[in-house]
Amino acid sequence: MGNKQTIFTPEQLDAYQDCTFFTRKEILRLFYRYRDLAPQLVPLDYTDKPDVTLPYELIGSMPELKDNPFRQRIAEVFSEDGDGNMTLDDFLDMFSVLSEMAPRDLKAYYAFKIYDFNNDDYICKSDLEKTVNKLTRNELTPEEVRLVCEKVIYEADLDNDGKLSLEDFQHMIIRAPDFLSTFHIRI
Amino acid sequence: MATEIEAAGIEIDGQVESDTQSEEDEGKEKTSKKQPRRETVRASRLERKKPQRDKEDESKEEHNCPRQNRASRRKTHQKKNGDGKKAEVKERDKKASTKDQKNSENKEKKTNKKGKEGENKQKKGRKNSTSSESSNSFDEESLSEEELAMLMEQVEQRKKLISAMRNKPWRMVKKLSVLREAQAFVEKFEGALGKGKGKKLYAYKMMMAKKWVKFKRDFDNFKTQCIPWEMKIKEVESHFGSSVASYFIFLRWMYGVNLVLFGLIFGLVIIPEVLMGMPYGSMPRKTVPRAEQATAMDFSVLWDFEGYIKYSALFYGYYNNQRTIGWLKYRLPMAYFMVGISVFGYSLMVVIRSMARNANESTADGEDDNFIFSWKMFTSWDYLIGNPETADNKFASITTSFKESIVDEQESNKDENIHLRRFLRVLANILIICCLCGSGYLIYFVVKRSQTFSKMQNVGWYERNEVEIVMSLLGMFCPPLFETIAALENYHPRIGLKWQLGRIFALFLGNLYTFLLALMDDVNEKLDEEDVVKNITRWMLLGHHNSSMGNSSADTPPSLDPADVPRGPCWETTVGIEFVRLTVSDILVTYVTILVGDFIRACFVRFVNYCWCWDLEAGFPSYAEFDISGNVLGLVFNQGMIWMGSFYAPGLVGINVLRLLTSMYFQCWAVMSSNVPHERVFKASKSNNFYMGLLLLILFLSLLPVAYTIMSLPPSFDCGPFSGKKRMYEVIQETIELDFPLFIAKIFSYVANPGLIIPAILLMVLAIYYLNAVSEAYQRANAELKKKMQMQREEDKNKRNNKTNNNSMMQDLEDLLAPSTKIEIYPKQAEGKKIESPDQVIPFGKQGKAEVLNGSPMSGGRRAVLIPPPHLLVTRPPTPGIWAPYSYADKPWPGAHPLGLVPGRGRGHPCYSHAAR
Repeated sequence: MGNKQTIFTPEQLDAYQDCTFFTRKEILRLFYRYRDLAPQLVPLDYTDKPDVTLPYELIGSMPELKDNPFRQRIAEVFSEDGDGNMTLDDFLDMFSVLSEMAPRDLKAYYAFKIYDFNNDDYICKSDLEKTVNKLTRNELTPEEVRLVCEKVIYEADLDNDGKLSLEDFQHMIIRAPDFLSTFHIRI
Repeated sequence: MATEIEAAGIEIDGQVESDTQSEEDEGKEKTSKKQPRRETVRASRLERKKPQRDKEDESKEEHNCPRQNRASRRKTHQKKNGDGKKAEVKERDKKASTKDQKNSENKEKKTNKKGKEGENKQKKGRKNSTSSESSNSFDEESLSEEELAMLMEQVEQRKKLISAMRNKPWRMVKKLSVLREAQAFVEKFEGALGKGKGKKLYAYKMMMAKKWVKFKRDFDNFKTQCIPWEMKIKEVESHFGSSVASYFIFLRWMYGVNLVLFGLIFGLVIIPEVLMGMPYGSMPRKTVPRAEQATAMDFSVLWDFEGYIKYSALFYGYYNNQRTIGWLKYRLPMAYFMVGISVFGYSLMVVIRSMARNANESTADGEDDNFIFSWKMFTSWDYLIGNPETADNKFASITTSFKESIVDEQESNKDENIHLRRFLRVLANILIICCLCGSGYLIYFVVKRSQTFSKMQNVGWYERNEVEIVMSLLGMFCPPLFETIAALENYHPRIGLKWQLGRIFALFLGNLYTFLLALMDDVNEKLDEEDVVKNITRWMLLGHHNSSMGNSSADTPPSLDPADVPRGPCWETTVGIEFVRLTVSDILVTYVTILVGDFIRACFVRFVNYCWCWDLEAGFPSYAEFDISGNVLGLVFNQGMIWMGSFYAPGLVGINVLRLLTSMYFQCWAVMSSNVPHERVFKASKSNNFYMGLLLLILFLSLLPVAYTIMSLPPSFDCGPFSGKKRMYEVIQETIELDFPLFIAKIFSYVANPGLIIPAILLMVLAIYYLNAVSEAYQRANAELKKKMQMQREEDKNKRNNKTNNNSMMQDLEDLLAPSTKIEIYPKQAEGKKIESPDQVIPFGKQGKAEVLNGSPMSGGRRAVLIPPPHLLVTRPPTPGIWAPYSYADKPWPGAHPLGLVPGRGRGHPCYSHAAR
């Protein structure tokens, strides 16, 4: 118990519990996971909100993310500066969205951001190509990739503008049977 | 529904946005000096008269600073655009009409807040500012109610915001600050709400609500801590994907159910019997017969569940038919019967409930096949994978699935030599049916043989356990055989898996029912035998009685030693023993299979690989995969046996609990140590209910024989809690007659009347029919709607294409026919654009950008139109180039924007909202 008090104040913990989908225990566990990435950088006392940022190299080396083809995107989307360098808040944010309890809409919103590689708020062909290539490790021929991308746009593009907006994406993803079960990371 | 929620979310969202904005703006406002001063004055006034405060605030604020607010609103927009909060902006555009309302609300809120802040500041010096309030004080009473309601509403809104905070796609910093603010607001005002007598109550209620929330949270924390094996399963999941983990979750669920059953049976049957029943050796049914006593403690005998174990509380025969036992007057036979029924009742309820929950979750998904590629692309990666090997497999499987879909897409109607394939499939099915029949016959034969063995003396170990060994062997070798045969069929793997599951299920079921039929034969034989023994016993007892009467004239006849009394075969215990044996041998075979088939194999492959002529790891033996379907089916059938056997062997559930507990650890270890992830990593989300369905089927099938024996076979005359009765269920009638008042007995007799039961059943059937019809109608309506949506979508696409085409054609015509009219058209449009642009492009920067990106031809065309001065166009001959039509087609749009007639968005959105609902 004494340990808990020194890291966060009870108010901080309560606030974190309100802002994430985690219980107190999980928040502390996440904190330790975060700290284990760089014990020399992260202090054990967060009551006065130290300004600590871990570089992407450390975040991306977590076993939960290590094998994920989209790890860099995930880190970029959730980091404050957009380069994948994360504070503890970003870190909690990330795993809160990717936790089991997060609602479909929230997940869909962030999934959209993750797949939107060039940050233009549309998933366009180049984003789709990147996604396919990451998913298949460039195993498909360019024609196949092109075909797949065309099919995706044909299927999901409701307003026919040749790229997927957030609404198109949500419309599509909300029906996907596996989206909730696959778009989450347990920690 | 979803849209409503979304709208609500955005509403709150917007309001909070402007709140934060207002805070940021506060500095500026203060520099203008006017606003804050007025506010502070007002606030001090309000300090005294709270109800009045808000209203006035609002009105004044409305009058005084609409411009400022609008400015700040616009700023918010821009800021948002900068943030890239595209969706919100869009939503906002769409809800332009509702927006204003919202903004006015925001204003109110803001002013409230400011008022509050001002209030804080003025607390010290409130006395000097009493002058201005008298003017407004007369209308305070009339307004207060309304105000109160409004304030209450605001507080409620804040609370909603707090509870929905975690659903917001914001950065943590922002969430934290908004949260703090909202909390402060709630803190401040909820106590102030209500007045006079109601105030205290309200405050108390609020406090209790707060406590309650805290308690709930703590309880949730506690609950999550209580779920066992979470980390273990998580570890497996990250290595093997969700499909393997689903087996372990299923196992855990099963463990929970069995634990409850175990509690029921142990708490209500076994423990009362052990504590309060007559002790061992006091009566014939609780004593090992004389002939067996010499060997009753041998391990070989105990291992067969004979000897002392057979005459223990683990089996049916041990229980006495005394109506009540002990000083509690516990009605044990009644309890035994009721527990036996409630085991089934509870299991049925739990299985159906979890099935219904799963179904609820899965119906939301629907089974559209509109999005094959999209789903493959965006949902096929399992974010849980945290192991390079699994990731490799996943990459491979995604690639192959993409390739498969592409091939399907490209040549869906190519099917070479359909006759050969059909022939092979028929052949495979014939082979498998032969296998099934063969295995059924084999079991029947073996069970028959075992009956003859059981009559013979000194038979070997093999003969005694032949049935179990044969069944286990069949269970071990048939599934791979089926898999080999299934290779002939060349089905798609997913369909193949279903077939495989179905076939293994049929095999197990056939085996189980053959076993049951043979057991029935056995039981009937025993029943015949029992009649004979009954007579013998009576004669013997009579003879003993007579002889003892002859020897001594004592009143009480010296009782025969319980071990010497001849006894019937007690078919219930026999059945119980059969099931326990089957379960135990199943456990052993499972564990040995894991040990040999997985662990030893893994060790062999791993260590012998150094000195072998081919690569063992990649080549033939390789490592074993975790066989999900086999394991789940094994678990399901094991549970079926438990359900069937638990009535005749109350201890069976205890054995099963132990089994599940050990297999959780053992299998987790085995999976982690010696298995490799599946080559074809498939997901578990859908098959879950399939497993549950199997479980339900098994539950029903295992209910049948038990119900049959209870309802139509006479219980043994000298063992078990129902001995002496004609049928087991008579215990209920007896209880009703003896323990309940007369009128209840009467009611029961009326209720049990067939004349009442048959109509009740009829009614239920009709209800089922009706509900079924209703659900079908809903489904049809659903399908209809889906089709309509699809149609609409197509139509939209077509319309849009047509529109561009039409427009371009029209413009072409215009180009060709009347170049002179252009002069007039062009400047106008250019003007229109210029007028529009400050309003349109700047506040909706995103959108403008989007249109730029929309497709270079369009925008290029537009720019081309805009840049050259009109007179140039006049002098130039009209050039109907390839892209020119687009530019013309594009023109009407910007003008249409403010009216909300943007074709793409306007039409795309209703679709979405329909779908979301």
